[in-house]
Amino acid sequence: MTRVASMALATAGALLLQGCAGWQSALDPKGPAASELAWLIWFFTGLSALVWVLVMIALVVPLMMRSRAQAEPLAIDAGADGRKLRVVMTAVGLTALILVGLTLLSFFANRTLAAIGSDASLTIRVTGHQWWWEVRYEDATPSRILTTANEIHIPAGEPVRLLLTSTDVIHSFWIPSLSGKLDLIPGHMNVLDLKADKPGVYRGQCAEFCGAQHANMGTFIIAEPRAKFDAWWNDQLQPAAAPTADEAKAGEELFLKRPCVMCHRIGGTPAGGTVAPDLTHLASRQTLAAGTLTMSRGNLAAWIADPQGIKPGSHMPVVELSGDELNAVVAYLEGLK
Amino acid sequence: MRAAVAMLLFPILVLAACQREERDTRPQSALGSGEQPTPVTTLEPGGQRASASDNKAASFEANAFHMSEGKRLFGWFNCSGCHANGGGGMGPALMDEKWIYGSSMESIHATIRDGRPNGMPRFGDKIPDDQIWELAAFVRSLGGNAPSSAAPQRNDDMMVHPSENRLPDAATLGKSP
Ligand code: HEC
Ligand code: HEC
Ligand SMILES: [Cu+2]
Repeated sequence: MTRVASMALATAGALLLQGCAGWQSALDPKGPAASELAWLIWFFTGLSALVWVLVMIALVVPLMMRSRAQAEPLAIDAGADGRKLRVVMTAVGLTALILVGLTLLSFFANRTLAAIGSDASLTIRVTGHQWWWEVRYEDATPSRILTTANEIHIPAGEPVRLLLTSTDVIHSFWIPSLSGKLDLIPGHMNVLDLKADKPGVYRGQCAEFCGAQHANMGTFIIAEPRAKFDAWWNDQLQPAAAPTADEAKAGEELFLKRPCVMCHRIGGTPAGGTVAPDLTHLASRQTLAAGTLTMSRGNLAAWIADPQGIKPGSHMPVVELSGDELNAVVAYLEGLK
Repeated sequence: MRAAVAMLLFPILVLAACQREERDTRPQSALGSGEQPTPVTTLEPGGQRASASDNKAASFEANAFHMSEGKRLFGWFNCSGCHANGGGGMGPALMDEKWIYGSSMESIHATIRDGRPNGMPRFGDKIPDDQIWELAAFVRSLGGNAPSSAAPQRNDDMMVHPSENRLPDAATLGKSP
């Protein structure tokens, strides 16, 4: 191989591995579940690679050797036959041993995963919808139950328990940096425990094809220190900020008069729809429409004016608004911190 | 000669079938005026309203996508709360052959948009026009009035009655109380 080619290969390899770091990577674990899985991935890959290399050597070496011409092809050499049989049997035995070993490893890894949430401090119900995530924080006190969408805040360093289900089709919840994936199934509840070791934002993605906008069904886990998390929860429990500016007031009125109320809830107003994301604290989120757009005034206006252009097939219809009406609604929603 | 006709007809039929799945998710005039033709009479004798046939009626009626969207919205907007999945409750049954205000797409659209005097709320300012047409197409499928090739199929979850594309045609089935 020439030097240029080997340099190119090395760079390509380095670039490929670059893709394995970042906020959404199973090979860059940020919690105990993901670490356990990353270790399994590397060990399985390493061992399989070793076996593959040995098999290739065993295959290629005899091919390269010049075979001795045999005088009597049909003659039986009991010694040589026995040797061959022993080699094959040893290889079969080793294969069985390796397979059983790997099975045991994966079994014990599963036990570790299952134990992570045994003392979970927080239970969050995550419901998959085409194509967004409903997030509900459970609490024994009804007034502390909180519903939000797409972004899941958790306290860092504490195990949390996620109860996963769906209302339409099967989705799958996957935060590669924190844990393995688990399906959300209509009429069934799955339990996923995870823990983020350090504060940070970890991206996730629906991992089961669920229709036209499956690719735009992202989610985020936002791990924060406990105090900050508690403050966030208390903030989110407050009803929506009442608009003060005239434009925003007009926006609120429009929102309540138009189809928006049929689907969306805004706490503290008569808008009580529960079939679409709760907008009570919309502007406190970092993204719009399940990670499709970043939160900004422009993107908010773009989304409301033409959700079907941004996420074709999404379950938010185009609601006809004049330019002024659109501006007013956006001014109102922008203030829902 | 016959073979030629058949060969000509075949692609036409195949292309016609494509409309069944056509997915128009944007209204024709995004950001348009949104003006609705207002009803001209207040009096509606228990039959067909004198409404000009709307060309949206035909395109929504035979379209599988719009009908299944209508089915989703029927649950989302709590039509079931009063009509109980079509079987009837506080509001009349929608899966029988009896229509107080007419069975055409246009009449059902008008019912949902403007409401009816004996307890049917008006949804005209709360549901975008295309979504009303989708609901109307779905309501018709409840009584077996929609082409079964386009009516919604089995749900992913449990259903209270056979899927809409298997419901018997209420009119030919005969009597209902
Ligand atoms: C038929 C139900 C429906 C109606 C009516 C509706 N929406 Fe939505 N809306 C949705 C759904 C469903 C989503 C989630 C879309 C997705 O992410 O795929 C959504 C998403 C949004 C979002 C983004 C929320 C987030 O956290 O990402 C905003 C903002 C929004 N809608 C505003 C409005 C406004 C303003 C109106 C009225 C002009 C309106 N919606 C009318 C169903 C509806
Ligand atoms: C508050 C209860 C209520 C809700 C909610 C409701 N309806 Fe009705 N609906 C009624 C009543 C009552 C009538 C009978 C009106 C009359 O006889 O004047 C009716 C009549 C109708 C009719 C006419 C039936 C006929 O025989 O001509 C249709 C179609 C209909 N509703 C569809 C819907 C749809 C679609 C929805 C959801 C968007 C809905 N309804 C929501 C109560 C309701
Ligand atoms: Cu998906």
